[in-house]
Amino acid sequence: MLEFLFKVIVFPGIFFLSAFGLFVEYFDRKLYARLQNRIGPPWFQPVADLIKLLAKEDVIPREANRNMFMMAPVFALTSVITAFLYIPLWKQNSLFSFNGDILVVLYLLTIPTLAFFIGGWYSTSLYARIGSVRSLTQLFAYEVPLFMGILSSALLADSWSLKDITIFYAKHNWLWLVNLLGFAIALVSFLGKLEKAPFDIPEAETEVVAGCFTEYSGRLFALLRLTLDIEMVVGSALLAAVFFPFGLSLPPLLGFLLFIAKVLFIISLISLLRTILARLRIDQMISFCWKYMVPLALLQILVNLFLKGVIL
Amino acid sequence: MHNSDEFRIPIGPQHPALKEPESFSVALKGEKIMGVDIRLGYNHRGIEKAAEERTYVQDIYLIERVCGICSHAHSTCFIQAVEEIAKLAVPKRAQYIRTLIAELERIHSHLLWLGVAGHEIGFDTLLMYSWRDREVVMDILAILTGNRVNYGMNTIGGVRRDISPDQVQQILKAVDTLEERTKYYIEVATEETTIIKRLSGVGVVSYDDALRLDAVGPTARASGVRRDVRADDPYAAYGELDFNVITDDHCDVYGRTVVRVKELMESYKIIRQVLKKLPDGPISVRMPRIIPAGEALSRYEAPRGEDVHYVQANGTDKPARVKIRAPTLANVQVVKHMLKDRYLADMPIVIAAIDPCFSCTDRLIAIKEPDSESANIFTWPALHKYSIDWYKNKGIDFTQLNKKLEERLKP
Repeated sequence: MLEFLFKVIVFPGIFFLSAFGLFVEYFDRKLYARLQNRIGPPWFQPVADLIKLLAKEDVIPREANRNMFMMAPVFALTSVITAFLYIPLWKQNSLFSFNGDILVVLYLLTIPTLAFFIGGWYSTSLYARIGSVRSLTQLFAYEVPLFMGILSSALLADSWSLKDITIFYAKHNWLWLVNLLGFAIALVSFLGKLEKAPFDIPEAETEVVAGCFTEYSGRLFALLRLTLDIEMVVGSALLAAVFFPFGLSLPPLLGFLLFIAKVLFIISLISLLRTILARLRIDQMISFCWKYMVPLALLQILVNLFLKGVIL
Repeated sequence: MHNSDEFRIPIGPQHPALKEPESFSVALKGEKIMGVDIRLGYNHRGIEKAAEERTYVQDIYLIERVCGICSHAHSTCFIQAVEEIAKLAVPKRAQYIRTLIAELERIHSHLLWLGVAGHEIGFDTLLMYSWRDREVVMDILAILTGNRVNYGMNTIGGVRRDISPDQVQQILKAVDTLEERTKYYIEVATEETTIIKRLSGVGVVSYDDALRLDAVGPTARASGVRRDVRADDPYAAYGELDFNVITDDHCDVYGRTVVRVKELMESYKIIRQVLKKLPDGPISVRMPRIIPAGEALSRYEAPRGEDVHYVQANGTDKPARVKIRAPTLANVQVVKHMLKDRYLADMPIVIAAIDPCFSCTDRLIAIKEPDSESANIFTWPALHKYSIDWYKNKGIDFTQLNKKLEERLKP
């Protein structure tokens, strides 16, 4: 029981996740800055930001629905942390596992977006409302290719359980390479989920100030920031588990380092895309997702079905 | 938000998309813009009036501060008008140095614009890169004039500082670097898919509309209007230099970007010619302290478009009237037209595409009666009464004090 609690709360649970999330934020910001020919923040900047925000006063708009406004960040944070527990990190099994957990993780990762929508909508600010409508609209565009991309890999492994998927790919050494198209699709859709450029439409600061987060301040905003950081880690860990399922039987320390390397690799891809692309308009984003990403995801599924039926 | 599907959101006076306070009230239906109300006047500083209170020499530095970016444009424009009234013959070398500073200023302004445009469409990398390269030209300006902005280079009858052969070499070297970087930006701006997606077809102003709405500068030139004071009505040394007026027929924000980056290349060409032809001789003539009565209108192609200054002299050492028409005032009317039936996401870039400089533009302040949607403007006695009542409500009453003051002032 004690060991279980340690695993959930300290390592690799909440504490490790928060610390790693903050480190990943630093990594992302620093890389982004270096790619833009800037110096970038010092390593403790995300921690300092978080402490500063935690020390500040929560201002809740008088018109806002108080409960919804306060609960949305908590919902978002808990759901991303919960999702992390089902993802195999550096071993073949995760903390919890059952058949169908890949879907649970995907849906748990949808909850933050809905929570942002609710928080933004009930804060009654016009900018926040436009931002939240945008984030919901965006959800309908990227969610389908994201699911299709990630599930195409599961389809090949013939299991809805993340643990079984990793075991399957460990058995077939280089088979994960066929899923690279799926990885690209999932990564790009994932940018939409993280609301990062070119899909940072819901929080485009030159249009809608900070989108859903416009009215948030203090501790609640700190929770939202932490949620986004952790979402970045969880999403990258999910992509790493599904698309890079190799080296999972290495000795613990080596395996751990490999896991960190995988996550940082995915984060650097995200930073790179963020550096080289301009923000799209919401209509362009939706047509891009449905016109190009979904057909490509279908292609990946077809390839995987073919492989499964004919070769394996 | 009320229940009808159309609602208004305020972009400004304070908003991250705007670098200066200006109010755009946008009527939205979903993401679509149904109408825009523009209110100017948040940056009114009373410069025209202040200019009447100061001598001509003081006015140079006051008018230089009309704008932080095209400061040389405004001061040159003003000085040209004064020189015309005083019939001063400005030495050739001074003309060339003015042209040189003007083109360096255009480079710094256009690079700044490129960065701002990148930021407005969420492409911060372009912002960081172009502003980094802008430092090169800022350093050159600082070497030549001592200041990065508000150069203080002009004086009535010439310029205040000379250029040494050493500095000429430095400028040439900087121009080479900038030219190479600009070629890269032209490539980025014309080939990067997401940039093109965000810029083309946005903020369209046809050739006829540009003429009808009186657009100036790159905004007009991007709609195919060949209008450039440097070529149409040459001032300073432009008459002796060879350059092209860049026009484009895209008529949209993409066209405006293309015009600006290509104008950068023309500026490098002009600077090289200026440095090659730079004549010897004095850099200024002595100006009379008292300017004879008369009036003059002066035109100048600022980076943002045609700048117009009108000066009326009454035979004293202070001007009787100074009127400034900044290019943004001509262009801001076009914004409303550009935003018709566009999306909210296009709003920042469409506003930015005219390269607005609102503090140059603001010539008056209109104070509306509070809590009224109508355009009722306060009269002076009404505003006075309103202020007294406002303080009374706060518990501050000056009526007794005023009475005492009046009694004491009685003879």
